Amino acid sequence: MLDDLDRRLLRQLQAFPGASTKELAELTNISAANCWRRLEKLQDRGVLQGRKAIINWHALGYEVEVSLRITLDKSEATAFDQFLLTARLIPEVIEIQTFLGQVDVRLSVLARDMQHYQDIYRSKILTLPHIADIEALMQVAEIKSTQALPI
Amino acid sequence: MIDLDETDRGILRALADDATLSAGEIGRRLGISQPACWRRIKRLQDNKVLAGQRLDLDLQKLGFTVTVFLGIKLATKGRVSLDDFERAVIAIPEVQTVQHVLGMYDYRLRVVARDIPDFERVLRRRIMTLPGVGNVEANVLLSEERLAGPIG
Repeated sequence: MLDDLDRRLLRQLQAFPGASTKELAELTNISAANCWRRLEKLQDRGVLQGRKAIINWHALGYEVEVSLRITLDKSEATAFDQFLLTARLIPEVIEIQTFLGQVDVRLSVLARDMQHYQDIYRSKILTLPHIADIEALMQVAEIKSTQALPI
Repeated sequence: MIDLDETDRGILRALADDATLSAGEIGRRLGISQPACWRRIKRLQDNKVLAGQRLDLDLQKLGFTVTVFLGIKLATKGRVSLDDFERAVIAIPEVQTVQHVLGMYDYRLRVVARDIPDFERVLRRRIMTLPGVGNVEANVLLSEERLAGPIG
């Protein structure tokens, strides 16, 4: 289990994900060696699985992000797997989530502009197998995106 | 907006997978020198293509077994109610992301909870009491994968 110090470390790391071990040690008031050991242990136990760079798609010219909520026709047993396998091959899809609820799958799709989105939607999304229904939500603004956990 | 070549895309792919990789290590993989790789990373940072890092944490091991996405429709609209709603919703610690969307909902929320009773508590005490909140739809997350995107 995690102790208080682990939690303190993770809280600081969530707030400053790019911090070095030395900076983290200062933020949590422990020695750099101790901090390094703690981080190693969190990694070994699989709690901390890694740090990933966040790519700002706007800066690369992708102005449109659409969230597609998809209901699948599940009369065929392999519908889910076939859908997911094909969806993974679309380069503009950056996120695939599956759900328990009214929606089966959600895809996050990037596009340069609305015209580009139309192209992707018609040629790549609508051709995915076993779709029963699609709803689109267009992202206007990201109000909060810390993804930090209340540790 | 900046133009990327194949090497830049390779750098982005490497860092999106592991942000702790050094310029030397990425350079070795892509067949360029450490200083050349460092200059490219610097350019990507200066042009805000690299926008920080996020932690990959095992939610289960940290005791958060439930992630729910909520679609929220506001009951009343107008500039003031949007501001009130947004101010209140971002202050809830269990709410990880808030997206303002166009479509059948106004907002999309990602909520973490320790278990279903904990989620119910968050929903009843914190979400349903938000100013202006109307219809709420919940979908429990079963699986999630992040893909490389159009740099792949």
